[in-house]
Amino acid sequence: MAEAIRAEGLTKAFGKVRALDGLELSVRAGEVHGFLGPNGAGKTTTIRVLLGLMRADSGSATLLGGDPWQDTTALHRRLAYVPGDVTLWPNLTGGEVIDLLGRLRGGLNPRRRGELIERFDLDPRKKGRTYSKGNRQKVALVSALASDVELLILDEPTSGLDPLMEEVFRQVIEEESTSGDRTVLLSSHILSEVEALCDRVTIIRAGRTVETGTLESLRHLSRIAIVADLAAPADGVASMPGVHDLTTRGSQVRFSVDQSALDGVLRRLSEIGVRNLTSRPPTLEELFLRHYQQEEPVGASR
Amino acid sequence: MNGTVALLRLISRRDRVIMPIWIIALTLVPIAYVSSIKAAYPDAAARQQYYDINAGSATFTVRNGPLSGSGLGELLAWQCGFIPVVVALFSLLAVIRHSRTEEEAGRRELTESTSVGRYAGLGAALIAACAADVVLAVLVAAGLSAQGLPVSGSLALGLEFAVAGCVFAGVGAIAAQLTWSAGGARGLGIGVLVLAFVVRAAGDTTPSAGWVAWLSPLGWAHRLRPFAGERWWLVAVAAVVTAVLAAVAAMLSARRDLGGALLPARLGRPAAKASLRSPLALAWRLHRGTLLIWTACLALVGLIMGGVAKNVGEMVRTNKSIADVFTRLGGGGAVLDAYLSSTMTLFGLAVSGYAIQATLKMRAEEAAGRAEPVLATAAGRVKWSLGHLLFAVLGPAVALAATGFTTAIAYGGYTGDTARELGRLIPAALAQLPAVWILAALAVGLTGFLPRFTAAAWGLLGLFLVLGLVGSALRWNTAVLSVSPFTHLAKLPGGAFSVTSFGWLTVIAVAVTVAGITALRRRDVPA
Repeated sequence: MAEAIRAEGLTKAFGKVRALDGLELSVRAGEVHGFLGPNGAGKTTTIRVLLGLMRADSGSATLLGGDPWQDTTALHRRLAYVPGDVTLWPNLTGGEVIDLLGRLRGGLNPRRRGELIERFDLDPRKKGRTYSKGNRQKVALVSALASDVELLILDEPTSGLDPLMEEVFRQVIEEESTSGDRTVLLSSHILSEVEALCDRVTIIRAGRTVETGTLESLRHLSRIAIVADLAAPADGVASMPGVHDLTTRGSQVRFSVDQSALDGVLRRLSEIGVRNLTSRPPTLEELFLRHYQQEEPVGASR
Repeated sequence: MNGTVALLRLISRRDRVIMPIWIIALTLVPIAYVSSIKAAYPDAAARQQYYDINAGSATFTVRNGPLSGSGLGELLAWQCGFIPVVVALFSLLAVIRHSRTEEEAGRRELTESTSVGRYAGLGAALIAACAADVVLAVLVAAGLSAQGLPVSGSLALGLEFAVAGCVFAGVGAIAAQLTWSAGGARGLGIGVLVLAFVVRAAGDTTPSAGWVAWLSPLGWAHRLRPFAGERWWLVAVAAVVTAVLAAVAAMLSARRDLGGALLPARLGRPAAKASLRSPLALAWRLHRGTLLIWTACLALVGLIMGGVAKNVGEMVRTNKSIADVFTRLGGGGAVLDAYLSSTMTLFGLAVSGYAIQATLKMRAEEAAGRAEPVLATAAGRVKWSLGHLLFAVLGPAVALAATGFTTAIAYGGYTGDTARELGRLIPAALAQLPAVWILAALAVGLTGFLPRFTAAAWGLLGLFLVLGLVGSALRWNTAVLSVSPFTHLAKLPGGAFSVTSFGWLTVIAVAVTVAGITALRRRDVPA
């Protein structure tokens, strides 16, 4: 099976609010797919449609070859889901919740369960009401990761974890990624996380897919950040086509440049005289900001 | 304490519906009692007779405390003898709701990060609860003196309620510091209240050890002696005790962290038992405690209601207007059977509260975000809902059977033929089930079709309660009364059991339930 998840033209309205507005999503089997968007973009609604918890108004969704609304329970045996905001039953211990959810899915790997509890430094004996947000998240994560399933759907899974645990989470997902026998849909607005983990990403905004592809292909669309120490004032560089956001401090200039204009800009810089120059590919943050600032007036980019 | 006033405003805004409702309801109860006593016992001779019959009744003394005289005021104060417990419970829960529940929900963190002082949250909760109690006292005093009762006695009766409320507001404040959760604090606070009740009842029913009742704040409340030589100094004692409890709570709260507790947290099992593997097993874990508490409380009430049947029998023999009331409430047959059958209706209405609560647990789980992870597993929505519904359907049967059992035991002790009463009263209690199921079914229907308005199920229960208690007493139109499923139940014991109405009500309940579950299957989760 080439595709684990395929969604085409999904729409979903809550009253007058259009939560999904023609969303497209394609996740290949065995990949770790980043699902990015700001709060309220429709990530959770998309996931709920994929889980058969909500029915889309129009469009189609296929999950592991089945229809999420029709074949719900059969499909749910093959996936594990971690919600963005995990709430636990106050009178059940973390260990009980891990086992219960795992068994309801159809089975749990006990060795893996023990190993994950240790790595996430979780006390499974505590009652649900006494866990902090991060620990509740860990309970759901351990249960999902220890389940014998082929698809993991994780909705902002690190939102309550401390940096140390975030790192553990990354390692675990990287291991999943290398073994390649599980598909992971990872929704997030934490870009460095997606950047570190994902093979491909889909960026959505206002219920619509704005970009999808590998990180490399997205960078291709993007600008390169340049910091240069020049021998003379950078006359004329700011007005060159493809140069953006140029600032000058003493002899140092900082700007970003479209990939297509890079050659000409470098030539101009060396005419002025370059004493020092660093360039780096854009971070996902920068990619992301670009997509969400499109609505702002053009004047703002100067 | 900086910011207390702002937090008080927040509390009064959040409680703007519930606070006035309970204050007004508890004000109306004594006022209604005045009219009913005046109607049933119009003269001194009738009141003396009532006094003679009831003053020595252990069961009544347990519930209401000692009866101090045969005047209108004394009879009223005695009939109101259980209200301090209700006020105490409400105050205790209000303080915990506005302190520990806030903390658990993470809202205290939010308010305390502003320029609100460390004690402001607890202080505001305590002040709000005590202020409500004082308002209740003033309204009761005003309402009763308007009915022509002595002002001092009316005020003392109001203060009797307020004294219990304020002291237990303090108890609630301390409980909120000791445990790890609001639920634990509620359990601890209610435990103290039950203990106070038992101590008071033990003292009141044991003449040789009457001083024991003085150990309980509920005992002080009764010993204010409204209309019978008021002991005003007890109000000062209660005020001092409340202040001390508040100070202790403040001290304890300063010694623990946000979200922390002074009692150690109990750890549970690190892995689930092999049996915890289905939505039904999960439902059992979520429902068993509530079902146990409801069953125990109703069984206890059954014991009391069965036990006071003896006094009812004697009152009825001497007073025709009382006999009329029971006949209207419960219907035909011998008067004692009418009393028992009206008691069964009360049990049916009460247990409907459990049935609704158990059904709406589904919606509560959904709203809290706990349904989603379960529904994202291979457990389908129907299986998940049936797990909860099993408790809504069979839970009331268990509770009613237990209540019928205890009523029969207590009543059988009076008639001398317990076996016969068991055979009559357990089926009589179970005969309430179809009406209870209809309420559960309506709650399922709301959960499926109008998930945002599930609280309307409580409104329906309230409506049936009014129709059953007030409507039948005031002889409203039969067409209006027939709206309530309880109207269609056989009046047992005494009346004839009707298979037809039992069957029809059950069929309607099943149909509404199936429709509700079908709608639940088709709608979005969470709605």
